[in-house]
Amino acid sequence: MRAYLALEDGTVFQGEAFGSDVAQTGEVVFNTGMTGYQKILTDPSYCGQIVVLTYPLIGNYGTNNDDFESKKPWVRGFVVKELCDYPSNWRSVMKLDEFCRKYGIPGLTGIDTRALTRRLRNYGTMRGIIAAGEQDPARLVQAAQSAPSISGQDLARAVSTRQVEVWGDGPTRVVVVDFGAKSNILRSLVQRNCTVYLVPAWTTVEEILSYQPGGVVLSNGPGDPKDVMYAVETVRQLIGKVPIMGICLGHQILALALGGDTYKLKFGHRGSNHPVKDYETGRVYITSQNHGFAVDERSLSESEVVVSHRNLNDGTVEGLRHLKLPVFSVQFHPEGAPGPMDSAYLFDRFMNMLV
Amino acid sequence: MPLNPALKKVMVIGSGPIIIGQAAEFDYAGTQACRALKEEGIEVVLINSNPATIMTDPEMADKIYIEPLTLEFLTRVIAKERPQGLLPTLGGQVGLNLAVQLAETGVLAEYGVALLGTPLEAIKKAEDRELFKRMLGEIGEPVPESIVVETVEDAVSFANKVGYPVVVRPAYTLGGTGGGLVSNEKELRDTVTRGLTLSMIGQVLVERSVAGWKEIEYEVMRDGAGNCITICNMENIDPMGIHTGDSIVVAPSQTLSDFEFQLLRTASLKIIRALGVEGGCNIQFALDPSSFNYYVIEVNPRVSRSSALASKATGYPIARVAAKIALGYRLDEIKNAVTGKTSACFEPALDYCVVKIPRWPFDKFTEADRSLGTQMKATGEVMAIDRTFEGALLKAVRSLEIANAGLTGTEYQTLNEVQIKERLRTPSDDRLFLAAHALQRGFDVGVIAELTGIDRFFLMKIKEITDLAKVLSGVKGIAGLSPALVRQAKLKGMSDNMIGRLTGIDPKEIRQFRTAFDIKPVYKTVDTCAAEFEAATPYFYSTYDSENEAIPTSKRKVLVLGSGPIRIGQGIEFDYCSVHSVRALKEEGIEALIINNNPETVSTDFDTADRLYFEPLTLEDVLHVVEVERPEGVIVQFGGQTAINLAEPLAQAGVRILGTAVEKIDEAEDRERFEKLLSILDIPKPPGRGASSPDEALAIAREIGFPVLVRPSYVLGGRAMEIVYHEGDLLNYVENAVAVSQHHPILVDKYFQGKEIEVDAVCDGQDVLIPGIMEHIERAGVHSGDSIAVYPARLPERVQDRIVENTCKIARALQVKGILNIQYVYYNDEVYVIEVNPRASRTVPYLSKITGIPMVRLATKIMLGKTLRELGYRGGLAQRSSFVAVKVPVFSFGKLTGVDTFLGPEMKSTGEVMGVDRSVPQALYKGLLAAGYSIPRSGAVLVTIADRDKDAALPVVRGLAGLGLKFYATRGTAHFLNNNGIEVAEVNKIAGGSPHVVDLIRSGRVNFVINTYNEGREPVRDGFQIRRAAVEHGVPCLTSLDTAQALLDVISFLQSGKETSLVALDEYGR
Repeated sequence: MRAYLALEDGTVFQGEAFGSDVAQTGEVVFNTGMTGYQKILTDPSYCGQIVVLTYPLIGNYGTNNDDFESKKPWVRGFVVKELCDYPSNWRSVMKLDEFCRKYGIPGLTGIDTRALTRRLRNYGTMRGIIAAGEQDPARLVQAAQSAPSISGQDLARAVSTRQVEVWGDGPTRVVVVDFGAKSNILRSLVQRNCTVYLVPAWTTVEEILSYQPGGVVLSNGPGDPKDVMYAVETVRQLIGKVPIMGICLGHQILALALGGDTYKLKFGHRGSNHPVKDYETGRVYITSQNHGFAVDERSLSESEVVVSHRNLNDGTVEGLRHLKLPVFSVQFHPEGAPGPMDSAYLFDRFMNMLV
Repeated sequence: MPLNPALKKVMVIGSGPIIIGQAAEFDYAGTQACRALKEEGIEVVLINSNPATIMTDPEMADKIYIEPLTLEFLTRVIAKERPQGLLPTLGGQVGLNLAVQLAETGVLAEYGVALLGTPLEAIKKAEDRELFKRMLGEIGEPVPESIVVETVEDAVSFANKVGYPVVVRPAYTLGGTGGGLVSNEKELRDTVTRGLTLSMIGQVLVERSVAGWKEIEYEVMRDGAGNCITICNMENIDPMGIHTGDSIVVAPSQTLSDFEFQLLRTASLKIIRALGVEGGCNIQFALDPSSFNYYVIEVNPRVSRSSALASKATGYPIARVAAKIALGYRLDEIKNAVTGKTSACFEPALDYCVVKIPRWPFDKFTEADRSLGTQMKATGEVMAIDRTFEGALLKAVRSLEIANAGLTGTEYQTLNEVQIKERLRTPSDDRLFLAAHALQRGFDVGVIAELTGIDRFFLMKIKEITDLAKVLSGVKGIAGLSPALVRQAKLKGMSDNMIGRLTGIDPKEIRQFRTAFDIKPVYKTVDTCAAEFEAATPYFYSTYDSENEAIPTSKRKVLVLGSGPIRIGQGIEFDYCSVHSVRALKEEGIEALIINNNPETVSTDFDTADRLYFEPLTLEDVLHVVEVERPEGVIVQFGGQTAINLAEPLAQAGVRILGTAVEKIDEAEDRERFEKLLSILDIPKPPGRGASSPDEALAIAREIGFPVLVRPSYVLGGRAMEIVYHEGDLLNYVENAVAVSQHHPILVDKYFQGKEIEVDAVCDGQDVLIPGIMEHIERAGVHSGDSIAVYPARLPERVQDRIVENTCKIARALQVKGILNIQYVYYNDEVYVIEVNPRASRTVPYLSKITGIPMVRLATKIMLGKTLRELGYRGGLAQRSSFVAVKVPVFSFGKLTGVDTFLGPEMKSTGEVMGVDRSVPQALYKGLLAAGYSIPRSGAVLVTIADRDKDAALPVVRGLAGLGLKFYATRGTAHFLNNNGIEVAEVNKIAGGSPHVVDLIRSGRVNFVINTYNEGREPVRDGFQIRRAAVEHGVPCLTSLDTAQALLDVISFLQSGKETSLVALDEYGR
């Protein structure tokens, strides 16, 4: 079956449908990672987005029961150059096509994903619509143009856990505020002998402190950090009471809580190959990234925080460290999944703060 | 950390001649590194024995020594040049081993030379099996159970413990020389015995086999501050058990999930950190296809074949960055040369798929053992890029330039199911084609996967191709083609030729059909970042997709055709020529475009040409580039036979060929037309003509007299060429060796056993510049590529004048604009033309270097309309250099079991070295030394001479006797020598029982062997056994008496106590 991707700038790509045949709008973004599509699909930070993979051969190793970064996929649509119909890997239990169909994700294959990526790179991320079947391209473009912007949706609330979940049974208690946490953050903490309390995004300071946590992790998540001002307020109150580690959206929320500002990047950072320099060690780490917003360095109070990490490609802020308190955050994903685990040492750094 | 200001002069060691396991990739790496060093204002001293390299060009280094790569010569260069640093990791295994020797013998310490980059300790930890195992044990990385042995018995008892099969790997060797997978005690004993001899340190590793597991490689870099990145991972389509140099490789990995990808990536970083590598390294893993279990197989702490491939596959210049790291830079201080903006500290993201296929020499060595294992056998490789695996695979197959240009030949039709299964189980060079055939025959994918160990994913992709081929086979005529079907075929990578063959439609018609429906490829950029950033380098590949990124500039532009994979007969020399042509174009302010598909070479470095098209060199693929770029012309003279063969079809398609007219190229290559031309010019050639039946061949031979040189008329490069001495052999040849017919005539020529002379010349249509005349040490009959060449030729002036005169006549008659090569034979005071090549030849780099005349640059500029005069040169023979230069061929026989090593009309060498000095014996000594001969000052020689050569052999043997050498000989030769008063110890032929002649070679009591060829190549014959035994035990075996005479001259020179001189490239002209 035919399928289309229409962008708000009027560009229309036509290819073949896979997965679900529902039509979906979303912000169209590209990810340059060469592996890890199942983890991308199930990463809640992609909620509200149609994801284009730049690597052309997708689905080669199928999907399996382990590579879930949350309970289900969150992407609005999935766009690839070539979908593999005969996966080969010992863990594979389902083709990617079936997986997308099962979870209601519309897919588009057989388009020039590089041309699409170049367009997004040159003109910035855009709203778009993915739709299967016979469609009128002009109407699709209109639909893309009238789709909601990524900002203003409070997507974190949509993906956050409703009930508190407990992971692991280690001696160290850590609260993870769930704005759309990837499971590997939780696993990384459990591996470091933590009992993790995964709490909803709207959890109050009192509730968080009631777990008597050694530290609090502000998780990653989708959307604009300014949509979760309630959480920013919570974090503002938490600072100084407990060690804090922020990851991705959690990092942006922390920056806002510290009085800083955030802004939208032209096309964001999404992939497994972003070099980040840690100014404390002078070392560069290859990181896994997925964000469309960033912290504005000029907005930060020099007396309170320092920029601890920067992106080597474009110099953007990749990490903050509080000058006096055990509080730090990173824009990238130390838990990898997908992507390198080179910066997993940050979890160790966090654990050391707790003692 | 910024550059150390004390470092002013750095020495780089090249890798020497091209041999199997060490090809052009080190010229590419070395060239990149030299440039990276020079950029920093460092004075570069280079030593390499291979003249056919770009790295040995004057502008690449400040001081260049084309000298033997031995401890002695390296020490001499160090003593003379006094560099402060040495870069050991760019010259392949040869360079690395020499650097280790220089360090361990105290030379570096004595002269205060620092080893730059990866420390010696790290090199040793990676290279010494025992240290390597221990280190991996310490960091908890798994290695297959193994043992390092120095005796055969220890190997046997280990194998009895872990069970067969086991893998044997000698320590410190090239391309796995002498190793192998063995499945019983006898094989184990043989392999270990050989491996112990070949290992530099007398050690062999025996390890548990993981044959059948996935073979995954990572290219990793680390700087002195500890920053680590992986450039690329690669998946071998062929499983463990086949040398990665002989495997079809895909990048990035296709069947690994992110978990497996990161698992091995993390292990790679752990290993490079533990080793302390400062620069690049390659790590090979075996991964269980059905669990997360893996083993670390090997680490190469240097740039390698794989790093060259990874560089071309990703656009990341590994050697360049490694050189900067060696100077003390951190990865984040080095710029990404592709984007021009971002830093070198990142990991490339690919948005395409890369396939590498090895190029094997079995088309030349039909009798060689074609099975593949841990001993590498390929001479070169091709790479292809596309957005689909099928596209990349079929492009790579086309780039191989082998008979089967698709995946669906008919050559396996006669095999039955059992035979096919057996052959699928035994890896060989054609397994890809066999698997495709099996799929066409309806074999189950699972069965093939089981037999071959090739992942189902790849087999399914091949099946996509064969399934579509089946559909196409059903198409009846052009009317049966639909645009949708053609588009689908193109998406699956099929060429017009392949579609044509399947449908029976003329490929030209398919082309027209495609043009009518606008079905054509677009070009995408290799940018290291999957389009995330804008790329500054125009490195393109074709694909059937929608957006074209190769937007032509408005500048004047010319396209140079490269030479494809390195193979016997078409080596690195042609890449040298292509690069020079590109540079000449740039000098003239013209945009230089290049098409090539060899990932090892300098020509495919992204900043050699102004625009690089990484494509197959077929008419269709070249025309596609021409259609996009619209160059003002195409240069075909420098890419060997590959490029020149495209001249006519390109011209027919309306493309302008620069230089010598296509019609004149044909006149030089078409035998009949050429003979006519020679007779008009009154230039003699050996008598002979074509025969289309055995009777006719016999009649011609009788008329011109034996011996005759016979060859099929339709094969180039000496294939299937033989010298025939008797009527019986001639009949045998025409009836059995080549099926002669009306359509496939053979050529029968008088064979003159005279002195072979070779000339390369540049002509602007009027003036003819002959930089030099070369003579061959071996008489005509030994392929020119296998002969030792000497410049300047030692000829009477009259003869020399005759050669100059004839060369000028031919060049003018052919209205050559550019370059040409002529081979003559000087016999009985007459000079005969054997062959004219209207293109650059293999001797061009060698002759350019010794004479200092940049032939390719001149030829290129002539093609653009300049004259020799305008370029500052006059016609005629150039003034000779005061130095003598010899070119010595280098062979890779040790790696090709079953190949007979005697030299004849078919070329067998894989590479060459140059020796330069004041006299012939001095230059020869250097040349032979550089080619790997150990030249004895005394000792013993085994002599076995065919009857017809006995008289000619006598003076050589007398000469050697006069120098005090002792002789062994088999009965006939022994009697002959005794009768002539030469003392000789007789040794049994093989049939005479042990101890026989082969035992003698094995015993190490003879320093070299002189064995001339006795007809019959069947392996049972003594001659063959002697030659193979010599190769396998590293004993030089001379099959031409002329080579033996040359060796005699060299020994005599050595005994005289005279010294060689150290000559830098810039002194040649003095």
